[in-house]
Amino acid sequence: MAIVETRDLTKVFKQGQLGAVNDVNLLTREGEFMVFLGPSGSGKTTLLRMIAGLEEPTRGDVLIGGRVVTRLPPRERRIAMVFQSYALYPHLSVYKNIVFPLRAQKVPKEERRPKVEWAAGLLGIGDLLDRKPRELSGGERQRVALARAIVREPSVFLLDEPLSNLDAKLRASARDELTQFHKRIGTTTIYVTHDQVEAMAMGDRIVVLDKGLVRQVGSPREVYDDPADTFVATFLGSPPMNLVDHGEVLAGFRPEHLLPAALATGPSVAITARVTNVEYLGNERVLYAQIQGGRFDGQRLIGRLPSVYHVEIADGEVVPLAIPERHLRFFGKDDGRRVEPRSLAWQ
Amino acid sequence: MAVRHGDRWLGAAMFTPALLYIAGLVGVPLILAFLYSVGDVTVGSVGYHFVGLANFRSVLQNPAFRGALLHSFIFTVSAQLIVIVGANVLAVALRNPFRGRGLVRFLCLLPWVAPISLGAIGWKWILDSIYSVVNWGLVRLHLVKPFDTPMWLGEPTLAMISVILVHAWRMLPFSTVILLAGLTAIPRDIPEAAAVDGASFWRTHFEITLPMMKPVIAVALLFGIIFTFTDMTVVYILTRGGPYDTTHVLPSYAFFAGILGGSLAEGAAVSVFLVPILVLVAWAMLRVAHRTEVV
Amino acid sequence: MSGGLGGPRPAGQGAVGPRATGPAAPVGPADPAGPARPARGWRVPVPPAVLRGVIVLGFAAALAFPFLWMGITSFKQTTDLYNTKNNPFLFNLPPTLEHLKLLFNETLFLRWLLNTAFAGTVVVTITLLLGLPAAYALARLTGRWGERLGIGIFLTYLIPPTLLFIPMSRVVALLGLQDSLWSIILVYPTFTLPFSIWLLMAFFKSVPRELEDAAMVDGLTRFQAFLQLVIPISLSGILTVVIFSFTLVTQEFVYALTFISSAAHQTVSVGVPIYLVRGDVYYWGSLMAACLIASLPVAVLYNLFLDRFIAGFTVGAVK
Repeated sequence: MAIVETRDLTKVFKQGQLGAVNDVNLLTREGEFMVFLGPSGSGKTTLLRMIAGLEEPTRGDVLIGGRVVTRLPPRERRIAMVFQSYALYPHLSVYKNIVFPLRAQKVPKEERRPKVEWAAGLLGIGDLLDRKPRELSGGERQRVALARAIVREPSVFLLDEPLSNLDAKLRASARDELTQFHKRIGTTTIYVTHDQVEAMAMGDRIVVLDKGLVRQVGSPREVYDDPADTFVATFLGSPPMNLVDHGEVLAGFRPEHLLPAALATGPSVAITARVTNVEYLGNERVLYAQIQGGRFDGQRLIGRLPSVYHVEIADGEVVPLAIPERHLRFFGKDDGRRVEPRSLAWQ
Repeated sequence: MAVRHGDRWLGAAMFTPALLYIAGLVGVPLILAFLYSVGDVTVGSVGYHFVGLANFRSVLQNPAFRGALLHSFIFTVSAQLIVIVGANVLAVALRNPFRGRGLVRFLCLLPWVAPISLGAIGWKWILDSIYSVVNWGLVRLHLVKPFDTPMWLGEPTLAMISVILVHAWRMLPFSTVILLAGLTAIPRDIPEAAAVDGASFWRTHFEITLPMMKPVIAVALLFGIIFTFTDMTVVYILTRGGPYDTTHVLPSYAFFAGILGGSLAEGAAVSVFLVPILVLVAWAMLRVAHRTEVV
Repeated sequence: MSGGLGGPRPAGQGAVGPRATGPAAPVGPADPAGPARPARGWRVPVPPAVLRGVIVLGFAAALAFPFLWMGITSFKQTTDLYNTKNNPFLFNLPPTLEHLKLLFNETLFLRWLLNTAFAGTVVVTITLLLGLPAAYALARLTGRWGERLGIGIFLTYLIPPTLLFIPMSRVVALLGLQDSLWSIILVYPTFTLPFSIWLLMAFFKSVPRELEDAAMVDGLTRFQAFLQLVIPISLSGILTVVIFSFTLVTQEFVYALTFISSAAHQTVSVGVPIYLVRGDVYYWGSLMAACLIASLPVAVLYNLFLDRFIAGFTVGAVK
């Protein structure tokens, strides 16, 4: 178990252009489950690969367990990696797949089988050892990949979007299994994903990346409730945060904080809006509305109302809405960064 | 995607001309080859008499023929061994892009693209008994004495080696291209996973890459065997089968006996010996093709 | 979020604290193959670039050397060429065009080139006329028996000329085509057709079916869709097949040697090694020039189309 650190880590593929990864400084905690979250092209995979040693940084350093590993090949870093496609060796049995790292690192022969059986047992695949990868389901393949990774007892786990190849239905249970697995093993883990639900559900801390830059690092609550800029604010949460252009600043509030006026508690901003669409999703209703009158006439908003609130809202109705002031977030218009809260006129 | 009824007829109509052409100009001679081998046909003869296995018996008794049969196997196996190892090395070296790779590929392809006969006659000049540039080099490097230079095409063992090397030289690019295609078909993840797992380059290559390339290597090998085993051009041009019939192979021997010698029956009998190998290779290819579908 | 078995979590959020985390980190063990490695590809097990360079240059030199030698020989004066005391790699006497002049003025080389070009063109035409419909039929219009026929066609490619040439010579004689270019024009499609059909099948299969379906909904017959849609789309694949078939024609030796007896009717592949000789003595200068002239243009074209060829046959393999 080790701490992973990056210092000014940069990767530029084409001279003169913005790098895939730019000056990233990170420090994990021991045993942490850290998630790299971002859209495609955000550099999250490149960052992971540099930590693994599969890409050479243009600038900067990678440290694992306090040791500078920047120039070391992957096999000298005591890491294990699970690839998006699992990268199981198709011509080898499950047993041979799992024992491969032990053979490669010349672990004494007597120790090999017990370790493989321990790893297989940990992941519940003990009875699959003689099968070939093509005979396994997606979930089973993922477990084999994990077993192969854990069998070396690495100090760091790297996972590159391991759930994206699974059926949607399988993903939730696989997510839970991964979390349980991490709790049991406790190895420092870095997990790359573009799925913000996965990130929020699994991460101890989330690193939000965009265009190779770190936008924010924080716990799920921090990145959700206290986003550092508009990118983080709109990337996390679905439907995304509403942003209203308020002159010098952007005012933001999440759809679940846009409530019928009667339900808002505490000091609130009042808004009159006409409902253009209501989607009934079973557990909640999604409201699409347009502000009526005042400075922001015509601005479109999205709201989320749990179905437990039996408030009548009909299509086309003009309703009074409110946003509790404590849920407002303000962002600078030029760079999107979070700024001090302020009182603004809304009408 | 349902094939409509009218399409069936159209398909047959579009396909039949080619089928007839091939069946006629391949099937008929193929049958004739077998008929001649058990008949008594010569270049000038008109009729046909069935003679059973007489041609085969007389051919098998001829030491020159037995030599040709042996040489066919020796040359093919030796050349293919060189080719498979060489093509593997070259394919790995060419796998990742580098500056000048296009030019290198062009140069490496030349032996395969140039007409076989022209490549062979080029080698005949390079291995000429008096003016061989290879010998000049060997003398300069003090590896051979100036008046004792190897007679590459005039001395039996050396002549065999020369034929084998020219075959290997010609087939190497072809096999390299096929192996390269197989190599690039391996997903990038796999060697990376092996790297993370701690495998050295050699372990990855022998335990992961090569096994995954087995079908492709098989295809390259099978094609190589056919193209080498059934070729008469290299032998014909380099040595005409000499010295003293020591480099004859089945096809060249068949040519000498059948066309130059006039005995079509004998020539046919000799070339019929090619068939078992062809059938074996065709069967092996079908098995490989069948297996690669189930991945 | 509950953590694992990790140590106590320091308070506060955010990325990096002060840089002084832990002692000055020692640099890891030096990379075994030496520090001076280029960035590209050394992370994944790959032999060092130097080794690769040596291998690549070695192979390229060994494979291409004969052609270099052909080039040098073509331009060396005869007295220089046959002087065993000279360094053969140097032009000890100034280079000359005498061999080329001899080749073009006093031999049948030009005639052979024309013969080959003519034969090649007609053979490729026959191949396309018969092969394009056949390949389309196999790619689109046939069910299981189509697969089998496709394999059968491919297998005929494995039947070598050295098996068929003897009975074929009889057939040619019976048809009165001996010693004529038409003999090989007739026979060559027996190997260009299987090869081309196999390759064209792969190219046609990669054309999305929906295009023809849409055309037929719009009123075209399937054959019209084939002519007006599939063929134009597959033009680069068809061109590849043309080039490769032409290459096969220029390379063929056995049939041409067997069927054609007079020098004037020969192709380049047979004419050059067989007829550029007086008695026992080869005209090496002119011979080598001829080899080079006959090989290089084909090589350039082949190289240009090779990637498309590979794409074609790997597509076909992924059914």
